[in-house]
Amino acid sequence: MTAPQVSASRAPAFVADAWRVARKDLLIEFRTRSAFLAATVFAVLAVAIFRFTWDPTAIPAMDLAPGVLWVIFTFSGLLGLNRSFSLELAERAYDGLLASQVSRESIFVGKVFANFVFVSAIQALAIPAVALFFGLEIGGAWGVLIGIVLLAALGLSAVGTLFAAIAANTRLAELLLPMMTLPFFVPLVIPAAQASSVVLRGLPLSSAMEWFKLLLAFDLMFVSACIVVFPFTIEE
Amino acid sequence: MPIPHGTAATRVADLSADPSVAGDGDMALVAEGLVRAFGSRKAVNNVSLRLSDGECLALFGPNGAGKTTLLRLLGGLLRPTRGRTLLHGTPLPGPSATRRLVGLISHHAMLYPALTVRENVRFAAECQGVVDAETATARVLQQLRVLDRAESPVRYLSRGLQQRVSIARALVHGPRLVLLDEPYTGLDEVGALVFTDALQALKASGATLVLITHNLAEGLLLGDRAAIMKDGQIVHEEHPVDGGFDLPRFQSLYRRLVHEAIA
Repeated sequence: MTAPQVSASRAPAFVADAWRVARKDLLIEFRTRSAFLAATVFAVLAVAIFRFTWDPTAIPAMDLAPGVLWVIFTFSGLLGLNRSFSLELAERAYDGLLASQVSRESIFVGKVFANFVFVSAIQALAIPAVALFFGLEIGGAWGVLIGIVLLAALGLSAVGTLFAAIAANTRLAELLLPMMTLPFFVPLVIPAAQASSVVLRGLPLSSAMEWFKLLLAFDLMFVSACIVVFPFTIEE
Repeated sequence: MPIPHGTAATRVADLSADPSVAGDGDMALVAEGLVRAFGSRKAVNNVSLRLSDGECLALFGPNGAGKTTLLRLLGGLLRPTRGRTLLHGTPLPGPSATRRLVGLISHHAMLYPALTVRENVRFAAECQGVVDAETATARVLQQLRVLDRAESPVRYLSRGLQQRVSIARALVHGPRLVLLDEPYTGLDEVGALVFTDALQALKASGATLVLITHNLAEGLLLGDRAAIMKDGQIVHEEHPVDGGFDLPRFQSLYRRLVHEAIA
């Protein structure tokens, strides 16, 4: 058997490896669409339920809509996070990945990126749905709102991917993941909801700066910490 | 009944005290005093092994004997509680460059069902840093006679074909140590023959193999050394005498050991 030529150094391959893992996860999700469909159905149902139980005379749309948006964001994101490692463990493909040259950090960053795209895609459907059902005039606030969503999606994906990796090897992964992650999502969802509320009300951006800083700090702290911790979570 | 150690064809598993064995650097795989505990239970308990290039160890044992755990330790997928594994002198789990020397085949397909055969094997090749992943993928698929199914999603393949693809995935980067955990599971006769050919070619190219199987005849056919594990320890190890193993004698020995384990 002729041995193929294998590159000796993998140091520059960190980003390429992460992209390879992310591309593979996204391709699988694109082919099966299982988590995306489930999350989309959940998002539409949640918006519809909130809309039909909402009394506009009691609570103004601007007070309720940001909360609805971030409830959908949090729980639909969990559906994708669960899938992230279950697809690896179904046929133990994860063992092959771990036995390869790809670093644990690359695997983590790749998975975070795939989850980030997933969560952002759900939000891309959920925001117009919320705007439509609650009659919101987003107008010129789109850009800032997208910025808030992307910052929150990054934090949620990092923390969620880490805990999904921990929960994946347990028998009650789907139950355990929300229990472990939701407390960590609180410091992410509160500033995101507050910042989006400010933006949707048309208030000056400066009044949302403190919430933006909090989101950014959360992302920096948790993305870094999760990259460092992840390799330890995959040891049995 | 206890199995006597130290007879002409039998050696105690721990060879570290044997002055005739080569130094660590000359050996393909060296495992020294490996212990892996899960809670208070030791799945692998003080196992030592030395394998040279091109050598195949056939490892047998009843369910729960610790074979798979030992294989995962040898492949660097698990950290030992005690002891160490050296692959061509480099400790495992170690730098990613060392992992490229290892190929892992299990009774699990270790594939992504939604991806095609080619995508699965090319993904493995790219993850192992194969420079021309496309060519290497085509070559290994050809060798395992699954090239004609290259564009089929894996989930549409039979179990036997999936296993062949899984083997292609593990061999695409030309590993120097191949760890095989029940690789014949699900293979039909043709698949088993193709696979045995591939393993013999690998051996001939100098790759070291560790083969776990419940099929004594298959294992002894490929193995240059046979070992039996029980309760996390290698309790019997032997080399072929006059160019081959004595299958009936080995079967009888194995049954005695397994019955002891069950009792």
